[in-house]
Amino acid sequence: MAESAVAASAVPKRDFLKLVTGAAAAVGVGAIAWPLIDSMNPSRDVLALSSTEVDLTPIPVGSAITVVWRGKPIFVRHRSAEEIKEAQDVALSALIDPQADSARVIKGHDEWLVVIGICTHLGCIPLGNKPTDPRGEWGGWFCPCHGSQYDTSGRVRHGPAPANLGLPPYAFSTDTKVKIG
Amino acid sequence: MAGLHKSEFPNPVINWIDTRMPIFTMMQKEYGSFPTPRNFNYFWNFGALAMINLMIMIITGIFLAMNYTPNTELAFDSVQRIMRDVNYGWLLRYVHQNGASMFFIVTYIHIFRGLYYGSYKYPRELLWMIGVVILLVMMATAFMGYVLPWGQMSYWGATVITNLFSAIPLVGDSIVTWLWGGFSVSNPTLNRFFSLHYLLPFVLVGVVFLHVVALHITGSNNPLGIDVKSPQDTLPFHPYYTMKDSVGMCVYLIVFALLVFFAPNLLGDPNNFIPANPLQTPADIVPEWYFLPFYAILRSVPNKLGGVILMFGAIAVLFVLPWLDTSPVRSCKFRPIYRWLVLLLVLSMVVLGMVGAHHPEGIWVVLGRLATAYYFAHFLVILPILGKLERPMPLPESISKPVLGGGPIPGAIPAKPMEKA
Repeated sequence: MAESAVAASAVPKRDFLKLVTGAAAAVGVGAIAWPLIDSMNPSRDVLALSSTEVDLTPIPVGSAITVVWRGKPIFVRHRSAEEIKEAQDVALSALIDPQADSARVIKGHDEWLVVIGICTHLGCIPLGNKPTDPRGEWGGWFCPCHGSQYDTSGRVRHGPAPANLGLPPYAFSTDTKVKIG
Repeated sequence: MAGLHKSEFPNPVINWIDTRMPIFTMMQKEYGSFPTPRNFNYFWNFGALAMINLMIMIITGIFLAMNYTPNTELAFDSVQRIMRDVNYGWLLRYVHQNGASMFFIVTYIHIFRGLYYGSYKYPRELLWMIGVVILLVMMATAFMGYVLPWGQMSYWGATVITNLFSAIPLVGDSIVTWLWGGFSVSNPTLNRFFSLHYLLPFVLVGVVFLHVVALHITGSNNPLGIDVKSPQDTLPFHPYYTMKDSVGMCVYLIVFALLVFFAPNLLGDPNNFIPANPLQTPADIVPEWYFLPFYAILRSVPNKLGGVILMFGAIAVLFVLPWLDTSPVRSCKFRPIYRWLVLLLVLSMVVLGMVGAHHPEGIWVVLGRLATAYYFAHFLVILPILGKLERPMPLPESISKPVLGGGPIPGAIPAKPMEKA
């Protein structure tokens, strides 16, 4: 008979009921908690992909400008020929976060470096956009907070930052205009 | 009827309430006749002072919130309005701002008291651990409160501290985005920090209540670190310690008032008088003074994840302190070697505090690493070993013995008869 089968099974009915009730309660708690937790993630208006158009003509060689994209500063740097050569000639083995310069710029636009201007250590904004700013030993950027240094390709060369400056998605709409985002 | 309390209060109204809900009996038991060791020194004031400080912060905070606007466009100006236009707004804000510093001064001394007199040892381990939770909640509350005025240091302090979580492998960046509610510290961040800054003090009240409950089960430790053995060793809490706490409270309020009325910005940072600018990092990012030692530990490690782990580890190690100290003797009075090492620990914290205030260059890097090494060695190496090697001095028979007789009182000076003026 069915009843005797239940009584004889390895999991008694009461334990089974406890487990099922407990599991249902856990799912319920999760279902209630998730909307609360997710409400703290970026909202749709924040997420709405805003794009920024940048006119490159006023940026002199050797300087960079800061534009804002998604609330973050973006450095757009007009590199000189020496700076490009310096960035390309470094042996990858000498880098903390190895990445070739060619992977960090768009082919044919080597003079334009577009990076997210946020130190990968703890989020400060590095100095070095103006040629008169401190640029560190590698001629890129210098972070005043904890002394990280970046080269002319925005790659980290001196800690404590663990990674290179980030790259935003961007494309050249014309030779003198970039669209970030 | 069974279950009704037999109240002994003569006042009929109090008696009527007490019979149905014996809160008066409870207060009388826990704060009136509560047996307390008779030999407290002034270090035992600081728990009560911390409680008073928490009340001051909550009261001033509630009134500040009536005039504060948690919006990135308006926050800075609303704080300036509190300072200039709101009646007594300057007083509320300066008391709240300096109250945070006073809270940490009082709490750090309270923790030192626990370390020096071994208040974390059996049977008070849980009491101590609840205390460490209080410290953590306090730190979170203070950090979020500092962000609210939305000055440069508010903004960049928030950026640096929230970025600590990006050191977590794999999920770090998602966690930081979640904390921010955006892609940088921004309006959603300010809103949630305000909400949590209002909530956490009440959480603190709850945890403090548990701290006191645990204290009243085990009873207080005392400067000799030996157990209470008889009623002769204790005094009723009231009036003896209500009075002693009142004396301490007066001194505390004098120091507090000196800060508020004569040097309200002494412990602040001038950069916070500049409205937050997400596109310009100040030349020096420095946290409030009470976080400097931990900030110095963070910067002493040349590796991002390592620095973050050590910084949180500096607090986490306190949780297991009761099991790291192997000495059966509580009070440093009877520990001839450890007495000096605990002062060395304080020195290492002071050095770390100074290191945290300076650029990580030259001598400061070396000092920071030495002090960090000592801090961890103290807890993880010295304490477990020293308890087995050190020979403690003989413990007195009881707390009351040297006071109430049973032989000559050591070092006592015979009282002179009072002279007529």
